[in-house]
Amino acid sequence: MDPARVIEGLRTIYPADRVLVRPAELAPYESDALTAFRARPVAVVLPQHRDEVVATVRWCYEHRVPFVARGSGTSLSGGSLPVPGGVVIALNRLNRILRLDPEERLAVVEPGVVNLEVSRAAAPYGLYYAPDPSSQPVCTIGGNVAFNSGGAHCLKYGMTSNHVLAIEAVLADGEVVRFGGESQEEVGPDLVGLFVGSEGLFGIALEVTLRLVPRPEAYRTVLAAYRSLEAAGDAVARVVASGILPGAVEIMDRLSIEAAEAAVHAGYPQDAAALLIVELEGEEPEVEAELKELLEVVRASGAYEVRLARDEVDRQRIWKGRKSAFSAVGRLSPDYLVQDGVVPRTRLGEALAEIERLSRRYGLRVANVFHAGDGNLHPLILYDGRRPGELERAEELAGEILRLCIRLGGSITGEHGVGMEKRHYLAEMFSEQDLRVMRRLREAMDPGRIANRGKMFPEAQETAALRTA
Amino acid sequence: MSVANPVLRPADVASLQEAVREHPSVWPRGAGTKTALQPPEGAVVLDLSQLRGVVDYDPQEFTFTALAGTPVREVEELLGRHGQYLPFDPPLCGAGATLGGTLASGLSGPGRYRYGGVRDFVLGVRFVDGEGQLVRAGGKVVKNAAGFDLAKLLVGSLGRLGVVAELSFKVFPAPRARRTIRVDRSDFEGVWEVLRALYTSPFDPEAADLVPPGTVWVRVAGRPESLAARVRRLLDFLSHGAQVVEDDGARVWEEAREFRWVPSGWTLVKVPVTPRRLPELERELGRGDSRRWYSAGGNVAWVAWPGDVSPLAAVLDRLGLRGLRVLGPPGPPFVGRPELDGFGRRVKQALDPLGRFGPYA
Ligand SMILES: Cc1cc2nc3c(=O)[nH]c(=O)nc-3n(C[C@H](O)[C@H](O)[C@H](O)COP(=O)(O)OP(=O)(O)OC[C@H]3O[C@@H](n4cnc5c(N)ncnc54)[C@H](O)[C@@H]3O)c2cc1C
Repeated sequence: MDPARVIEGLRTIYPADRVLVRPAELAPYESDALTAFRARPVAVVLPQHRDEVVATVRWCYEHRVPFVARGSGTSLSGGSLPVPGGVVIALNRLNRILRLDPEERLAVVEPGVVNLEVSRAAAPYGLYYAPDPSSQPVCTIGGNVAFNSGGAHCLKYGMTSNHVLAIEAVLADGEVVRFGGESQEEVGPDLVGLFVGSEGLFGIALEVTLRLVPRPEAYRTVLAAYRSLEAAGDAVARVVASGILPGAVEIMDRLSIEAAEAAVHAGYPQDAAALLIVELEGEEPEVEAELKELLEVVRASGAYEVRLARDEVDRQRIWKGRKSAFSAVGRLSPDYLVQDGVVPRTRLGEALAEIERLSRRYGLRVANVFHAGDGNLHPLILYDGRRPGELERAEELAGEILRLCIRLGGSITGEHGVGMEKRHYLAEMFSEQDLRVMRRLREAMDPGRIANRGKMFPEAQETAALRTA
Repeated sequence: MSVANPVLRPADVASLQEAVREHPSVWPRGAGTKTALQPPEGAVVLDLSQLRGVVDYDPQEFTFTALAGTPVREVEELLGRHGQYLPFDPPLCGAGATLGGTLASGLSGPGRYRYGGVRDFVLGVRFVDGEGQLVRAGGKVVKNAAGFDLAKLLVGSLGRLGVVAELSFKVFPAPRARRTIRVDRSDFEGVWEVLRALYTSPFDPEAADLVPPGTVWVRVAGRPESLAARVRRLLDFLSHGAQVVEDDGARVWEEAREFRWVPSGWTLVKVPVTPRRLPELERELGRGDSRRWYSAGGNVAWVAWPGDVSPLAAVLDRLGLRGLRVLGPPGPPFVGRPELDGFGRRVKQALDPLGRFGPYA
């Protein structure tokens, strides 16, 4: 559709100052945290009320104009990359916590609410919102829902999907639907479970009901240093096998330790080839008992230094280093790609060794900082986009890592989603038949194929499949 | 059902697919322990009892994959030998409940209080869709965000979106010791307050059920060396009327999981609810003949009802609630508001375009 007509149409819904069209205004929306890709939308709209979102979707459907919902644009898989010629619906202004009900342990929020804000609002009641992506000070609940985002503390209590009770959404053809409820139990098919992780392909979440949990009485955070990354990887299997159920089990390798140390002075042992962070949480007597065993297991696993966070300040410092690792590693290199494939936990050591080998073969540095307890790798592939061919090489290396994960019986993504980045690999993990059913579902919600077009499923392949259907 | 339905017992996944392709109306059945859920007239019953067995279990991974007709009990015994368990107390396992049936009916027992229910532990499925195709979704690893989460979608789908053939679950290390505390108060309001205080506290029990008129059952689980201290603190918190039960409470949890408290011939309905609404529900239902057992910290009301359930449906309707028929005489699955919303209808249409698996209503 002619851009001028799109803009004209959007201006029937929004005042002029909430329809961004000038190149300088559009620039910040042209890419997300997968910076290797850019695309210019015709316009970015800034709804302040859900009705505006609904009206926009309906208008887009009527005119077959593609749209992309956007929270804070921190997607690492290109999920919020605009569709050229389409509209970006930026949801940051829909950032109200509509209801916080401590007795029922739930919060009803608009999609643009920032993850950490929910926990902040719940804190006075001794509650918090459990999923904690490292981007939680900026990423939105809408983005979390779209990607089923995780974080360091998913081992015990799960991902976003395990914490969403109900959703109101506008489907991609404009119908507003509501599913789920306030109870943690449901009857009938788990529609919330289907919507969470659908990567914006079904439509836009307008209102999300979240489950809150009581803040644990006690935390104990253990930091262990290893002489090799593989040894740290193997230690994870030992911790898991011991029967302790930690809240978090994280690993950082030498490159990320150095980077984090330089960026935020986390106080990590500087000579370590790998650090293991294990956090216990729960009732005080239980955590104390678990700690005893954990320390034994960790010491027996070949750690040459084992530290216990002295107090909450110390604990926060440990986590700050871990959670700022991506951006810290980013300072080591002009560009990076993050993969987030998953491998069975017993194969972690093997996977890490293979990644190291690949890194040498491709001549590209790879930093590892990841959710080890879940087997969820996060290799950061460092490259310089200004050097010809280096991005392509980085992508090729990324592809090899994804295939490695599939080969080991894992997944191409644990929490960052398929997005536009991994869409070509979905077909290596799932059969044509599996994907056909997924496409059919997408088609049912988005008959015009306008919601986040080109994400998750490659567009050409998608069209081919539709022809044969 | 007065008219007997033809029954097929596919011996493998391929024959299951074939059976789906060959019949316009099919209805999967595990062990048939959810007696109120019966096939519609004329539907061919696909008895999954032959699709049985654990196909993959590496204790070090804390995950397993099994065929849908595998009895939960069998899985529990296997896991137990390795100090692991499915924390959500899958119901009716003593009666023979299968893994597939547990998923498809979306039922979890008292243990769902601490770590979540069946939806929170399923990792992946292979299922047969309405065109007879075998579809895989999710995976076998504990974390996976690739593709749509159809494994979760099938939780509670009642066989109406597809026939589950195989499932993968994550499991947790089993607590090595347990204690049960019972708290008695003179009236419902009293125990309800106890439950609510516990619900928002940092105490971390494994289960918390309220049984009218005046008892809350709390199960504490964990390491033997810390259990006594934890129980002591909890007793203090729960204050008067709280006491540790002699036999570790195994009997009461078994009664809850197997619904032994439901008089035979009565209808058992699962009603999702929230803790705050229990008194309201109790006021409406407490007058009549029904029996109630509130589980998962007050997130589910199990209601046992004698005879015709339409008065119950009316109550639920009035309160904006909806229930699922589980035990007792067969009938339509939902009690109260029966409709799927627009999203659910589209899902149904996409997965079962020919309507082989029957409607929800
Ligand atoms: C430094 C850093 C650290 C990170 N750490 C983690 C981590 O630990 N764990 C993790 O899981 N992720 C992590 N991420 C990835 C990212 O933060 C998450 O994917 C997050 O959920 C994205 O939120 P957002 O608001 O930025 O969404 P966006 O990037 O704006 O959008 C993400 C996707 O959601 C869709 N979307 C947005 N809002 C809606 C809505 N209301 N309805 C439907 N679809 C919508 C978009 O179309 C897009 O496809 C990290 C990213 C960075 C940059």
